[in-house]
Amino acid sequence: MLEVKRLHTHYGRAEILSDVSFEVGAGEVAALLGRNGAGKSTTLKSIMRLVRPTSGEVVFDERPIGRLRPYEICRLGLGYVPEERRIFTSLTVGENLAVARRVNREGATVWTLERIFELFPNLAEMREKSARAMSGGEQQMLTVARTLMGSPRAILLDEPSEGLAPVIVEQMARTLKELKDEGVTILLSEQNLHFAGLVADRAIIIEKGRIRYQGKMQEALEDERIRAAYLMV
Amino acid sequence: MSFYFAQFLTGLASASSLFLVASGLSIIFGVTRIVNFAHGSFYMLGAFIAYSLVTALPHGPLGFWGGVIISALVVGVIGVVMEILVLRRIYQSPELFQLVATFGVVLLIKDVALWVWGPEDKLGPRAPGFDGAVDIFGSKVPEYDLVVIVLGLVVLAALWLLFNRTRWGALVRAATEDREMLGALGINQALLFTSVFFLGSVLAGLGGALQIPRASVSHHMDLAIIATAFVVVVVGGMGSIVGAFLASVIISELNAFGILVFPEITLVLMFLVMVVVLVIRPWGILGKPEGEAAGEVLEGETLSIMPGRRMRLALLGAFALLLVLPSVVEPFYLLLLSEVFVFALFAASLHFIMGNGGMVSFGHAAYFGLGAYGAAMLLIYGDTGMELAIALAPLAAGLGALIFGYFCVRLSGVYMAMLSLAFAQIVWSVAFQSTELTGGEDGLVGVWPSPWASDRIVYYYLTLVLCAGGILALWRMLYAPFGYTLRAGRDSPLRVEAIGVNLRQHRWFAFVIAGLFAGLAGGLYGFLHGIVEPQAVDIPRSIDALMMVLIGGVQTLIGPLAGAFAFVFLENRLLAFEFWRAIFGLIIIGICVAMPLGIVGSLHRLALRAAAARAS
Repeated sequence: MLEVKRLHTHYGRAEILSDVSFEVGAGEVAALLGRNGAGKSTTLKSIMRLVRPTSGEVVFDERPIGRLRPYEICRLGLGYVPEERRIFTSLTVGENLAVARRVNREGATVWTLERIFELFPNLAEMREKSARAMSGGEQQMLTVARTLMGSPRAILLDEPSEGLAPVIVEQMARTLKELKDEGVTILLSEQNLHFAGLVADRAIIIEKGRIRYQGKMQEALEDERIRAAYLMV
Repeated sequence: MSFYFAQFLTGLASASSLFLVASGLSIIFGVTRIVNFAHGSFYMLGAFIAYSLVTALPHGPLGFWGGVIISALVVGVIGVVMEILVLRRIYQSPELFQLVATFGVVLLIKDVALWVWGPEDKLGPRAPGFDGAVDIFGSKVPEYDLVVIVLGLVVLAALWLLFNRTRWGALVRAATEDREMLGALGINQALLFTSVFFLGSVLAGLGGALQIPRASVSHHMDLAIIATAFVVVVVGGMGSIVGAFLASVIISELNAFGILVFPEITLVLMFLVMVVVLVIRPWGILGKPEGEAAGEVLEGETLSIMPGRRMRLALLGAFALLLVLPSVVEPFYLLLLSEVFVFALFAASLHFIMGNGGMVSFGHAAYFGLGAYGAAMLLIYGDTGMELAIALAPLAAGLGALIFGYFCVRLSGVYMAMLSLAFAQIVWSVAFQSTELTGGEDGLVGVWPSPWASDRIVYYYLTLVLCAGGILALWRMLYAPFGYTLRAGRDSPLRVEAIGVNLRQHRWFAFVIAGLFAGLAGGLYGFLHGIVEPQAVDIPRSIDALMMVLIGGVQTLIGPLAGAFAFVFLENRLLAFEFWRAIFGLIIIGICVAMPLGIVGSLHRLALRAAAARAS
């Protein structure tokens, strides 16, 4: 579904990503794991072309997307949920969802407002409210819901559990599982191993901009050497 | 009493048309972050096109209103053309480049209008059906004024509905907040920007078209309205429609009643209001108090490395060449070069705060003008002689910078730039309106150098030595702790404050230093031509400085000097042509599109690439 090939990304002269390659299969949930500053967010932004990679190629659904603009990538069915949430605070909750609405896509689950509200019941109650007035957890739910409004076939989630209370983290995990059941492919970046263990099938470990390990999520969690070398703080 | 009510209605009618223009400007800025100087030109075009249409179409309501609407739509299309042909190519450049490019469009449209409609003012027909006056409480109020008031309210309501009740409106508001995120959600920014430019330009065109029964159509409408519209946008809060309406009413009523109380300083009043509002509410009445709202006007790497040995040798060589030049070239070129020196110092002083301090000034001409007028007035009224006049000119400008800077450094980004523009306009208004002191529009004449310096060659050396000395002094400060702190404050203000620097005060000092040197340039400029006119401090002069810095290359040290050189010689060559402004405008647009790093910056990058190619 999503293939990243030999991606290099620089910020100024500093190399942030070095030869990053991995694949995410259709319907799979893959977790990009690594410490702070390892290059997780940059990887997702490079795929989405919010950051321009120096070299390398990204193939989405058998189509190279390395020359496209972010909006064109989104329209192909690749959604993006940013780490900083970036909801539009001057808009209402309903408007936040409305601006992201796109329906004209084959082969993707079409997310109507009704279905979104089934998945996130408390968003329905806040529909007319200003997004500014939401709590952090509600904002995080809104960013996921907003991306779903584009009816994506795959989504990139940047640290969805960050800064959330444990109850909300559990809720987020349930939501992601439901998305998986709908057939949505998910690539999420995480530092929270517990959360990643709840939802991901596969682990991709990145450190200092290089991919160090790819394998089953469960195996990565059970392997003490891997945990100690790349994931422990 | 009834007189005051009639005056109030007149003010309201002016507010309506001002609101149309300002709301368009505000919407465009909110979404695209482009300070569109050409917006005033669109307003002027709206008036000229409406004049032609209404006089050509059959007389009657259909002809009149049809002409008004068509001209607004035509102007909308012109705005779209500008967006697609020029601005879309440079959205990746620093935001100020877009401003400079729109100023190129201002020059272009000015000459196109001259060519199409001729130099005379045009007196438009009255609106059929609304050509009389209504009696309100015993005072006559033109019917058309009432129509304009109603139209203003209708447009306000329509815009409010459009922004708050449609998906397009939600998109625009979202783009105002975070356009990159909107792109990641599948929205084609380019298309959204184009539609915003269309709407904004239609409003400008409509504002202009509706003016034809109220005032004659002139070639000065563009810059006259743009300054006022900026004030309205800033006072109301950038991107806020309702704010723009409130500010339009405040400014227009102030003008309507101010003219009764203080007829001599009407021009100043509006800018004073802006100063007061920004001091109390730094983001305008209804603006958003977020850092992003102002936007970082300067992006990308800017200079931090001291010029190397080769560079210093080259500069020394250039200086030596300039020293021997008078024995080789014609005197005319010496005059031109003296002008280059003066503008190089002027540009370098702006670069000092802009490139290094991240403080953008749209009104740097204030200090140039204060220096020029200060020197001229000392010479004429104080009889000080040239030497003392030039020596004191920087102090006059520095004093202005001390007062204006105190307020300016409290703001950042575009708000600061706009406040500096307001101060410059205050200086300009005073120079323009206090005729007894400054000679008003004609300026002060007889500003000639002392006998020993009156020879062109001697004055050439005088400007060369003083300007080179000034530039060196500025550079010296840039590579001293003072300059390091200034740059650090530009790049990470919070961190600089965290290590114990009073950044505001530091910026204030830098502002005053820049003012002092701009004043020196202004003083020297006055004696160069023997006359000091209000042009020394008007908007184009401030934009000149911006253009020299940006076109030369804000990221480089010698960029402003190269910019001054290119600017003065280009302008001089072009003056021979009838439509020199249009050519000049096109060249400016061309440079903005082709050289997003400025002349020196682009050459530098080419050299780097060539070196890299050789290495590999």
